Amino acid sequence: MKDAYWPLILVLLLAVGFGVVAVLMSTLLGPKKPDPIKLSPYECGVDPVGDARMPFFVHYYVVALLFLIFDIEVVFTYPWAVYFKKLGLFGLLEMVVFIAVFLAIFIYVWGRGALEWE
Amino acid sequence: MSWSQLFFYVFAVLAVIMSLMVVTRRKAIHSAIFLILAFICFAATYIVMNAELLAAIQVLVYAGGVVGLIIFVIMLVKAEEDEVRQTHGQWIIAAFIALILVVEVAFVFLGNLVQRTGNLAGKMAQAGGNTEAVGLVLYTKYLFPFEVASVLLLAAMIGAIVLAKYKLER
Repeated sequence: MKDAYWPLILVLLLAVGFGVVAVLMSTLLGPKKPDPIKLSPYECGVDPVGDARMPFFVHYYVVALLFLIFDIEVVFTYPWAVYFKKLGLFGLLEMVVFIAVFLAIFIYVWGRGALEWE
Repeated sequence: MSWSQLFFYVFAVLAVIMSLMVVTRRKAIHSAIFLILAFICFAATYIVMNAELLAAIQVLVYAGGVVGLIIFVIMLVKAEEDEVRQTHGQWIIAAFIALILVVEVAFVFLGNLVQRTGNLAGKMAQAGGNTEAVGLVLYTKYLFPFEVASVLLLAAMIGAIVLAKYKLER
């Protein structure tokens, strides 16, 4: 592990510590006088209607898969960017071919109308 | 014990705890959230082992993308009951397969395999992380599999669109 990760560890400890302390202090010190309105999910908002566990539109799944696929594309460009200068023109061309396939995916998805929200 | 070792054991133990939570929770959505935490703990152990690229992939693709997909699948499937309890005897087969996997991993660790491949990874880690090392082989030696990976993802997307039957009814 490199020394550069120490700030990350510090942030992690601070974040977890703040969360634990805040929840612990409010459970220990806070007054507890519950009533039905206080315990509702949105005390000052609209009353919840129905059940949250209803089947969602299949569109969400397509969007999630689209996100995942372009996520993988981005991940592949990381080692390429690190090694880019040594690869030269050849490296540029192979990445152009790689991204061209993703462009084809994008055009296909767009053409099939999966990006339109009805 | 050095700091690296300490952090490795802390995150490894956390990863095991989170993984156990994933398989023991009754609600699927709780399992998915513990899966995110497990993936982040895996990423932390990868960073301790100087495998930054793997850690980035673990967080971006697995914790971000794959679990997102899993959560959408959970939302798509109508749960008849909130808490799904397993009643059939599939766990016997699952336990048998898990046992085979444990034996396999033990074989890899106790045999010569780790020493042979582990040396290369260790050298790369000492030379400044494995991101450049992956780039070195991925874009030269394994160029064809790299390009084929994009075609595989194209197939996955076409499959998803066809399954979702987008505009097919029109």
